[in-house]
Amino acid sequence: MKKQKPRVAFFDFASCEGCQLQIANLEEAVIDVTKLVDIVSFREVMKEHSDDYDIAVVEGSIMRPMDEERLKKIRENAKILVALGACACTGCVQRMVNQWPVEESITTVYNKDEALKDNPYFANFETKALDEVVPVDAYVPGCPIDRDEFCKVLVALLLGKKSPVPDYPVCVECKKKENVCLFELGKVCMGPVARAGCGAICPTHGAECEACRGYVTHPEEDAQTDVLTKYGISAEQIMQRKSMFTYRYIEEKAKQEVEE
Amino acid sequence: MSEIAIKVDHLTRVEGHGNIILNAKNGAIEKVQWQVTEAPRMFESFVRGRHYHQVSHVMSRICGICSIGHALCSLKATEAAMSVTISEQTELLRKVALHAENMQSHILHVGYLVAPDLFRKGSVFPLIETHPDAVLKIIALHRLANEMSDLLCGRTTHPITLMVGGFTSTPSERELSSLRDRLSNILPVCDEVNQLLLDNVHMLPDFTRETEYIGLTSDTEYALYDGVIGSTDTGTHPVEDYESIANEYVVPYSTAKFASHARESYMVGALARFNLNAEKLTSGARAWAQKFGLSPISYNPFMNNVAQLIEYYHSVEDSIALIDTILNKGLKNETPSYAVKAGRGVGAVEVPRGILFHDYTYNDKGFCTRANCVIPTNQNHKNINLDLEALAPTLLGLAEKEIELNLEMLVRAYDPCISCSTHYLTVEFT
Ligand code: SF4
Ligand code: SF4
Ligand code: SF4
Repeated sequence: MKKQKPRVAFFDFASCEGCQLQIANLEEAVIDVTKLVDIVSFREVMKEHSDDYDIAVVEGSIMRPMDEERLKKIRENAKILVALGACACTGCVQRMVNQWPVEESITTVYNKDEALKDNPYFANFETKALDEVVPVDAYVPGCPIDRDEFCKVLVALLLGKKSPVPDYPVCVECKKKENVCLFELGKVCMGPVARAGCGAICPTHGAECEACRGYVTHPEEDAQTDVLTKYGISAEQIMQRKSMFTYRYIEEKAKQEVEE
Repeated sequence: MSEIAIKVDHLTRVEGHGNIILNAKNGAIEKVQWQVTEAPRMFESFVRGRHYHQVSHVMSRICGICSIGHALCSLKATEAAMSVTISEQTELLRKVALHAENMQSHILHVGYLVAPDLFRKGSVFPLIETHPDAVLKIIALHRLANEMSDLLCGRTTHPITLMVGGFTSTPSERELSSLRDRLSNILPVCDEVNQLLLDNVHMLPDFTRETEYIGLTSDTEYALYDGVIGSTDTGTHPVEDYESIANEYVVPYSTAKFASHARESYMVGALARFNLNAEKLTSGARAWAQKFGLSPISYNPFMNNVAQLIEYYHSVEDSIALIDTILNKGLKNETPSYAVKAGRGVGAVEVPRGILFHDYTYNDKGFCTRANCVIPTNQNHKNINLDLEALAPTLLGLAEKEIELNLEMLVRAYDPCISCSTHYLTVEFT
């Protein structure tokens, strides 16, 4: 008897859907993926839907109680849950909204409309990554994800191997490409703390790394501060960068400090 | 006739989350409604305090499919606020980048999301088995569009190289001329894909409802990157007047805003652009419009699918012409120079789904203090609702499955990008 292929389902929460788009951007290779797994649910591209799946690939951040409930159901159904992209892994840029009290944002956005009160569609709370709501088994970082890395993560999961996502900084990849360091050009780059795997694609195109892939496990943040002092970069300039894609780490650090 | 209750929760094969509701009793419609349930991400709120060079990177994250258009619109608004002028080369390269996105988005929509309806399939996956040649041709068109974005923007989604005043890096002349060759080689494939749609165009419902069409328009070209606001009802308006064109308001069953102008609703997107600017299309695109029997003003929203393929053709032909101009002038190494200053600026760009506005205010240090975006899909929501109300009564004789399919096809024809449409700032209630 033919062995059944693992069943994969895609889901999305608050996101730009750019990471799911990278699956379509695999072009002909999508056909290879469908040879490895059965895609049983993918709202963006298919009408069929099934709650019977082995792997759930989830894009997006959690911003409302109703979304939290939906994510918990997905977690119950899935053997393996994969966080797809920065929105799911860290909260991405929309995590910046946590800088303001929830009520302030809601008022800014909706004014004070009574009709929207107690309406679950509008009941935002702070932005959360998936693993702040349910356990996550694998991460595909980046905004957007690197589509080849997604395939590698999927294959590693199918073979029961460990994650191929690197845990060294973007600088390593950047230096391999022999790029002129952007600090030398008077720019500010997050490469020293950002997690590699993107091939240092931004510095290679002359643009600062913004750490969209999050930090490595042990970012030498103090070492980075030395670099910044060396190049005469202000604390405010670096804070601007740190609060863009990586506001999660600022929140966590603040929480830690309160606990200590 | 018995009761009909259709609720399509989380409509599939569109970007984002939306529901369609239809209730009918004894042959009469009681309620038909298009609802948007996507979680709001509130970009205009959290972009406050960002430094101007980060703003386009933040705002492109509104939408993965239209990320180049959002970035360009954002840059145009910032440049207007700070009186930054861009070089001719930058403008030409930006136009090619915008074409790349238009092509990518249109072929994704027609080829992957709409085609399954025409063959009564649930997704493109079964078509890989039943129509492999067609699928491979569609993939070829999709691949080229993405390779174009890679070359111009450094990446397919969320452009890296686009910045205030110019580019962080540009492709080489050799890369551009190789792209030019690939573009001209793809035209026969476009012909074949267009022919495929033409052979099946009778599967699109024959439905019309008069409405207003709004989009950028220009005397010199088929307006995508630049122009003034054009309306089929009221003529032209300056971009700065966008707030009086797109009058936005909120309804409780939708996290996206609705909009109206001269009538109760209007439509934006490929069909609106075609209706406003058809005579400015390239010759090959005009020839295809003729074969499809499409001429302005078409009031059939399903023809938006056809207009998208016509625009794909236009984008290929126009990109070839743009690249020729760039190469004839010789590619230069440019560094933008400007001074940061306080001010307010509005930018407008045609993105695949229609006209897009970004409006920013900056302080003298270059930090954003206020932002407002008007997104194409929001401008279409009311028109979708009115179309549903007009279409639904004509369907009641059909089986429930067919009614549902027709309603879904209508919403899908608008190519609604719902993730985009749920970001707004100050909302006025009237
Ligand atoms: S991580 Fe970035 S590309 Fe992916 S869905 Fe979120 S905003 Fe879009
Ligand atoms: S440009 Fe950025 S990533 Fe590259 S070496 Fe310098 S700091 Fe590291
Ligand atoms: S270089 Fe930095 S910002 Fe760019 S993709 Fe890599 S991690 Fe993200």
